[in-house]
Amino acid sequence: MTKRQTEQRSMLVKYILGFLVSLTLTLTAYILVAGQAFSGTSLVLIIGGLALVQMLIQLVFFLHVTDEVRPRFRLVSFGFMAVILVIVVAGSLWIMYHLNYNMMDMSGQEKNDLMTTERDKGF
Amino acid sequence: MSKPRLLEQKFLDYKTSTGFWLYLMTDCVLFASLFAIYVVLQPATAGGPSSNEIFSLPMALTETIILLTSSFTTGLALLALRQRNVRQLIVWLGVTYVLGVSFLTIELSEFAALVGDGHSWQQSAFLSAFFTLVGTHGLHILIGLLWLLIMVVVIFKKGLSAKVTRQLGLWGLFWHFLDLVWVFIFTVVYLMGAAS
Repeated sequence: MTKRQTEQRSMLVKYILGFLVSLTLTLTAYILVAGQAFSGTSLVLIIGGLALVQMLIQLVFFLHVTDEVRPRFRLVSFGFMAVILVIVVAGSLWIMYHLNYNMMDMSGQEKNDLMTTERDKGF
Repeated sequence: MSKPRLLEQKFLDYKTSTGFWLYLMTDCVLFASLFAIYVVLQPATAGGPSSNEIFSLPMALTETIILLTSSFTTGLALLALRQRNVRQLIVWLGVTYVLGVSFLTIELSEFAALVGDGHSWQQSAFLSAFFTLVGTHGLHILIGLLWLLIMVVVIFKKGLSAKVTRQLGLWGLFWHFLDLVWVFIFTVVYLMGAAS
């Protein structure tokens, strides 16, 4: 086999492997939720973890980030994006959770009622 | 092609695909903010339905498998492109297109059913965030499908020029990326929504 053929063969193997692993991870997460094997925080952590693993699999096998040569601009920009992403998502959750905590005087039902009346006032 | 021309071509390919990658990263930040909004507003149902009442998990799983398969066939199309096998390339692009259209059809019928039941984006902050997040992804899919259609027309008219090859590579990145974003929509919106 020529160098070109081996390269194409390994690319095909990568796509098939990535597809099968992603499919397995998706079905595992689905069965865990549908079968209610776990509940609450542990379930959220497990399916969140499965999604992260699938992200890594697809980054390597579909988007070929590991095939990049130095300087790895793609990997570096991805890392920077991931930092921004964590700050935006975790930061929002953290702040909004404490905002709810500081409105503890109101029950969940009262908060809902307040939002419903605000909504019915229209825009 | 002479060697300097080939090197020039490779450099141009690398430059454009890295630039496009940077655009994808900014798109990720857009989706990150929409995810943050969704997660924060998920409990704000304002008397309307909550996430474990309105979503159909089997439907979401079907959408996920369709999109994942289309990402795989995109990979096969890119492989055929490398082998300069036009017939195989067109076949895989066609399969991807059909899968993309069926994904969008399922999504739109889900939206239509929700609105038909009175659960539109006007009902609660939760539903506004849901339609914005999932709708933005759907809009990307629509743009990806239009782009694919244009690429196929260009291939039929001009063949596999260097420019078309480069642009198909970018489209492939775009489509793989949309599948990756959907993995998180499936997990955060549908699976975690049903679990909570």
